[in-house]
Amino acid sequence: MNTVIDTVDLGGIGFGEGAHLLLRRALTRARPGGRVAVTGTHPALAADLMAWCRARGHPVEAGTARPGDPIRTLVTRGTSESYRWAGAERAGGAEPGQRVSAPSARWGLAARGALVERGGPPVTYQLIREEQVWADLAPRLYAQAAAAQWDPAAAVPWQAEFEVPDEIEVAVIQVMTFLIENEQAALVLPARFLTRIHPHFREVVQLLAVQAADEARHIEVFSRRAALSGRPLGTSSVGGRQSLFTLLSEPDFSLASFLLSVLGEGSFLSLLAFLDRHAPDPITRVVARLAHQDEARHVAFGVAHLEHQAKTDTSLLPRLRSAVERRHEALTGTSGLNEDVFDALVLLAAGSWDPAAIASGFAAVRELEEDMYSGRVRRLIRIGFPSDEAAEISALHTQNFM
Amino acid sequence: MTLLLGAVAYDQKVVAIWTGFRSWLRRRGLPVDYILYPHYELQIEDLVAGRIHVAWNSPLAWIRGQRLARTRGRTVYPLLMRDTDQDLTSVIVARAGSRLSTADLHGRTIAVGAADSPQATLIPLSYLRRISAAPGPDMKVLRHDVRLGLHGDHIGGEREAASAMLAGTADAACLLDATNLLLTRDGTFPPGAVRVLAQTPPYDHCNMTVVDTAPANLVDQFGELLLGMSYADPEARPLLDLEGLRAWRPGRDTGYRALRAAVDEEEFYDADGCITAAEYEP
Repeated sequence: MNTVIDTVDLGGIGFGEGAHLLLRRALTRARPGGRVAVTGTHPALAADLMAWCRARGHPVEAGTARPGDPIRTLVTRGTSESYRWAGAERAGGAEPGQRVSAPSARWGLAARGALVERGGPPVTYQLIREEQVWADLAPRLYAQAAAAQWDPAAAVPWQAEFEVPDEIEVAVIQVMTFLIENEQAALVLPARFLTRIHPHFREVVQLLAVQAADEARHIEVFSRRAALSGRPLGTSSVGGRQSLFTLLSEPDFSLASFLLSVLGEGSFLSLLAFLDRHAPDPITRVVARLAHQDEARHVAFGVAHLEHQAKTDTSLLPRLRSAVERRHEALTGTSGLNEDVFDALVLLAAGSWDPAAIASGFAAVRELEEDMYSGRVRRLIRIGFPSDEAAEISALHTQNFM
Repeated sequence: MTLLLGAVAYDQKVVAIWTGFRSWLRRRGLPVDYILYPHYELQIEDLVAGRIHVAWNSPLAWIRGQRLARTRGRTVYPLLMRDTDQDLTSVIVARAGSRLSTADLHGRTIAVGAADSPQATLIPLSYLRRISAAPGPDMKVLRHDVRLGLHGDHIGGEREAASAMLAGTADAACLLDATNLLLTRDGTFPPGAVRVLAQTPPYDHCNMTVVDTAPANLVDQFGELLLGMSYADPEARPLLDLEGLRAWRPGRDTGYRALRAAVDEEEFYDADGCITAAEYEP
């Protein structure tokens, strides 16, 4: 004989006002097969209780209450609710450190740490193992990224008054045109991988989402700076676009993030610092500085992820090397950096057409390229390459910077 | 040999339901196909004629099936039903402010569902006739014949009956208890706006009807497989949820007395299972 282990008084409320919450709470406390004594005075309770319990498999003792009368009856907890959760499993734990290394495809979009009902369609993510995407730095970088979001309307002194000689302004516009093109690739690439990563690795997904949003803002501020004087945009060369195309066509997340974040955005750090230094106006300086701040985070994640992966995956470094070599071969015969961009950078650093100034601008751009090269070498060593190999790989990086 | 199962296409989801059950059953070795019917009358005629082996039947079709089978020297039996097919009730509801009493329905208008709805028309009207001291020869019945032939599976008739009651076109409305709960919870009935006047005794609803000419081994296998479906099985659970049950139960014929009486009172079918209801064309 089952004993009554709980009672619940629904008071005067009906099933249109939440009575089922009280009943469900009481039934949850009972064991399957256990009984709950239910009382209540809502006039529709007798009918509603029967209908609600029947649909959920909880038998109700046949009542004698007439419609409108208070009810006093026994409900037996059915087994089906407990069946629903019988095979449920926790999707790891909520904290980053409680993640599992190979989350089930059936967890789908469930929050990390949620109790997941068995069944449902498996979601086909391609990046489903920790070593494919994770970096211990990701949660901290995401927090920094979220805190460092700036408003393009407020963070840039768009109203600042300045005068830039015509040809210098044209050089600024050419550089902005180049930056926009490259940032479009940098937006699309993380966005493409976002949908392929198992959401269990939440902080990585969040970080890539912010990264894509960063690039969206960069595109906005570079476009606004380019449009300030009302002149048309600069040129876009086949070589530049070919270089970016090889980046976008890389299907492997680790290889793509190596080419984009470690080598490409790493080189851009030098370029943006150069623009900050040689900007002919405050707006160019500020947009370069703001973008630099974000790009540094993108580079940090790329390096941290590959460092993490290289610890367990001994095939990673050779694969990274051959990715650079493949891309180098694919770009052999292309013109590399758009000449207009190179010349614009020289003129910006020169500040005038005076021959001595041009020579000094040219030297500054050579120095920029040297800085990009040595920055790449540093990051390659950090990932685990020996220094001689790091130097070789750095030299094979695209002439297009990104 | 393939077991042929009939089901009525009262909603688009019926395709998903029986396609799902068909795959589930076939994966477990039962050769089964389903045939969709536009209404229950054609389906039950085909079952008794042996064109299909089992029919997922409304309670009204079950009663007609028994009569048709007897006439033609066949037998039909209820193999299975859902747990949610057992012990349903109907309610008669009115606006909370009305002073209507089931004791005197003389001159009153009662909104019901479709003519062929057991839960929203046949059973509650029969019940009212029985409990009302003076139902009155002029108690008016306001029918809402949405999709005749579906035996009330389409909830549209009940929704229209409820609206008529709320709008004052009718004094009361007859609904399945679960529909009353649904309308209460989805806000169609504002809190406190509707009063339950009466509730019928429990009755049973659909069953999986088998004709005696069906291949016994396949029917047995079919019954065993369905009875073995567990809500704990993540593969079976979505199908059970879709069809609105937690478990299949062995069929029983004990819960159809009220409907049988109502069918005779309304002269819906005759003793031979012929359709005799006026203005009923599925």
